[in-house]
Amino acid sequence: MSFLPKPKLHHPKLPTNALGYTRRDYEGAISTLCAGCGHDSISAAIIQACFELDIEPHRVAKMSGIGCSSKTPDYFLGASHGFNSVHGRMPSVLTGANLANRELLYLGVSGDGDSASIGFGQFAHSIRRGVNMTYIVENNGVYGLTKGQFSATSDKGSKAKKGTVNTDEAIDLIGIALQLGATYVARSFSGDKDQLVPLIKGAMRHDGPAFIDCISPCVAFNNHEGSTKSYDFVREHNEAMNRLDVITGRAPITADYAPGEVREVEQHDGSILRLRKLHAEYDPTDRVAAMNHLHERKAAGEIVTGLLFIDPDPRDLHANLGTVARPLNRLGDAALVPGAAALEAINAGLR
Amino acid sequence: MRDPVTAVNDFVVKFANVNGSGSASANQLFAKAILRMGIPIASRNIFPSNIQGLPTWFEVRVSGEGHLGRRGGVDLMVAMNPQTWERDVAEIDPGGYLFYDSTRPMPQSRFREDIHVIGVPLTEMCNAAYTEARQRQLLKNIMYVGALSALLQIDPAVVETLLSEQYKGKEKLAKPNRDAFEMGRDWALANLPCPIGLTLERADKVGDRIYVDGNSAAGLGAVYGGATVCAWYPITPSTSLAEGFERYAKKFRTDPDGRKRYAIVQAEDELASIGVVIGAAWNGARAFTATSGPGISLMQEFVGLSYFAEIPSVIFDVQRAGPSTGMPTRTQQSDVLAAAYASHGDTKHIVLFPEDPHECFAFGADAFDLADRLQQPVFVLLDLDIGMNDWLCEPFAWDDSRRMDRGKVMTAEELEAGRVFGRYLDADGDGIPYRTYPGTHPSKGAFFTRGTSRDRFAKYTEVGAAYVDNMQRLLQKFETAKSLVPHPVLRQAKEPTRTGVIYYGSSSAAMKEALAALEAEGIHVDALRIRAFPFHQDVEAFVAAHDQVFVVEQNRDAQLRTLLMNECSIAPQQLIPVLHYDGTPITARFIRAAIGDKVLAQILPFAGAAAE
Repeated sequence: MSFLPKPKLHHPKLPTNALGYTRRDYEGAISTLCAGCGHDSISAAIIQACFELDIEPHRVAKMSGIGCSSKTPDYFLGASHGFNSVHGRMPSVLTGANLANRELLYLGVSGDGDSASIGFGQFAHSIRRGVNMTYIVENNGVYGLTKGQFSATSDKGSKAKKGTVNTDEAIDLIGIALQLGATYVARSFSGDKDQLVPLIKGAMRHDGPAFIDCISPCVAFNNHEGSTKSYDFVREHNEAMNRLDVITGRAPITADYAPGEVREVEQHDGSILRLRKLHAEYDPTDRVAAMNHLHERKAAGEIVTGLLFIDPDPRDLHANLGTVARPLNRLGDAALVPGAAALEAINAGLR
Repeated sequence: MRDPVTAVNDFVVKFANVNGSGSASANQLFAKAILRMGIPIASRNIFPSNIQGLPTWFEVRVSGEGHLGRRGGVDLMVAMNPQTWERDVAEIDPGGYLFYDSTRPMPQSRFREDIHVIGVPLTEMCNAAYTEARQRQLLKNIMYVGALSALLQIDPAVVETLLSEQYKGKEKLAKPNRDAFEMGRDWALANLPCPIGLTLERADKVGDRIYVDGNSAAGLGAVYGGATVCAWYPITPSTSLAEGFERYAKKFRTDPDGRKRYAIVQAEDELASIGVVIGAAWNGARAFTATSGPGISLMQEFVGLSYFAEIPSVIFDVQRAGPSTGMPTRTQQSDVLAAAYASHGDTKHIVLFPEDPHECFAFGADAFDLADRLQQPVFVLLDLDIGMNDWLCEPFAWDDSRRMDRGKVMTAEELEAGRVFGRYLDADGDGIPYRTYPGTHPSKGAFFTRGTSRDRFAKYTEVGAAYVDNMQRLLQKFETAKSLVPHPVLRQAKEPTRTGVIYYGSSSAAMKEALAALEAEGIHVDALRIRAFPFHQDVEAFVAAHDQVFVVEQNRDAQLRTLLMNECSIAPQQLIPVLHYDGTPITARFIRAAIGDKVLAQILPFAGAAAE
């Protein structure tokens, strides 16, 4: 929702990627969110990730629901089609879009109200159906546009700006995504771009339901003492499991790592996820262990971040449905309409 | 005792069965056998919201004249359900027949004096012939068809052919069915006076017509209409529409390697169903959902998005009796207003009203061209009566030179050539803007789709003038739609008249019969069958050309009449509602009485008073 034109000028020596695009080619309209909003950092991370992955912007479809987070697709990838749908229903719209054309990249951006409350069902079902997408929840634990009500991801005991203490149990979207079969599950923090950018890159190169819960403090309504989604609180309690590098060429390991410190996972599309372990015992390919670990660390008061689970060889909805390789939206009359002779045979069978 | 009813090729047989007892295929055999003898029938299932155990009825109206609406009344009751004995016996017309399983003797008090009772010891015969319980139950049904064939003079060779077709290559199944049929037939011939007063005579009144249900027809229409994405949530009475699509798509759209040129998602609810449809259509696929009234209520918000963001969507609504859960297995035309004005804010949608399975197929395909051309929701309003019953109708037709009309879609070449693209810009003066599919061009033609207000170039705006400009264009688009949707069909009375009737959808068959009956009484009525909303200008002209116009509907509140008054500025007193809404299909007798009595009362003002 931008009212100001953005200047097109940029520095002549701005670096370009393999497509010849600069970072500016991945930008969108000027953000109208509050200064310091975590969501703007996530938009910047998406821009960076797409630039680094040499993605053609018009091959991305940006989908969102309603809310502060859902406004952000206007602020990145201006050359992409975007769809700001209705509250909590981005997952179904994205699912339909994906069915129509399996060749585009689908980036769903949502918030905690959008995905954990009104759209909890659609979030859950899109994950369990295995839709090939990158689904980012910009999670601030609060309703921003309506000025500060608790959301369903607000932690029990977290304090609102006006002093009310939340008494309801929080929904952990990561836990739900893991349980329902997401094949790429990560949590990050909008204040840690170094961690976030590779996580988005890995998700966009993943051929299945990739879910990122990104804690993104709301500077206007949820960044105070007593909130568990403030910049200070998240920094203090952030416990990263690993550091990720996404390698799209076949680059050998060059950095010096102690033996056992690095694990490489090759994704279906050939990209390599290089994980530098920060917790020696954590195995991100073990779904059950990941779920257990999350519960344990949560009980200990930590916010676990990093790439929490990866299935490098996922199946997606199209594989489950057995659809043709050619996008359905490109099939013409010959492929779709059986014709008059076939209809006459049907008529004959109905007499 | 009353004289027995006698009739040739003109009577009603009703089967009272228990849900889940396997009677459906036997009843179907009975119905098809009559059709194959060249005699038109109208058949209806009357069933509860239940899978097993509750009563269910199958009604066959045999009509050599070709009347396909429900007649009302029963000439022969095949009473196979002890639970409903009392009401089934009570429903038989005086002089009619009761066919029952006489294995257990019944006291005389359970019968009626003014009907003719035909007992066949079906259970006894089955128990003697078969040992397996399920077989006893299933073949008992075929056995009564055998007995009826003798009583009504159904040609046994026709039944033999039907059984051979049904069990082609499965001789093991065909034989017991054939034997059971013969057993019932032979017993009746040996022990009963055959035929009874109701008889069938071969005729040539069926022609090349087909016998099919509207839901299958609409599902097939969606295949021919080029739909590739179907998202739905199970709900009676629409479920068999999505299943019909799946059956035909599987047959016609499976590649040699087994991969499918279609995608079907059984969604978690109706909201997700319409969401998937909108997402797919936004991305250039033809997509639809099938639902009933409660689903329409749930989809309201999304329908508004489809209207305002101008995304094609096709919604098949197989109407049932509302409000709320209402009577889920009974028919009504009560979603007319809910569809026409679906969603909050100012909205209007395309609504199509097919009269039978033939039009379910035709409109099922046309809906996708209309949705793409007009870039908005298109509702196809079936009802349970058309959707779930087999109807005799004209064969499906298709012109091989026809191509999908994808509407105004700007291509990469056009964008490259410098054509101005404004997503909500009325470039052609018909209110319909151009759209682009996502991923079309690297730097041109991308836009942000939203349910919020925007200008002609899809930029967000809350400027009043820009909002009004857009809303006015949507109205203009609706004007354009009037000439594109199926036009009304006029049936002029034999003599000039100032009385008219407007009707639509499944009331058509009963209406046709009622008009003939009225005409026979010297009451002449011009009739206009409305096939779509927005209303074509012919509708207004028709009303203007008559002093009074009856509006026949199957709902309580005269919904189409409301729509006519509202959209065409017609004075309420000019439109007289004729409303049938008890959940059963409307009958010719009902319409004839409603219109005939009113007209006669006007001609002879004292006739009505004298009768009271």
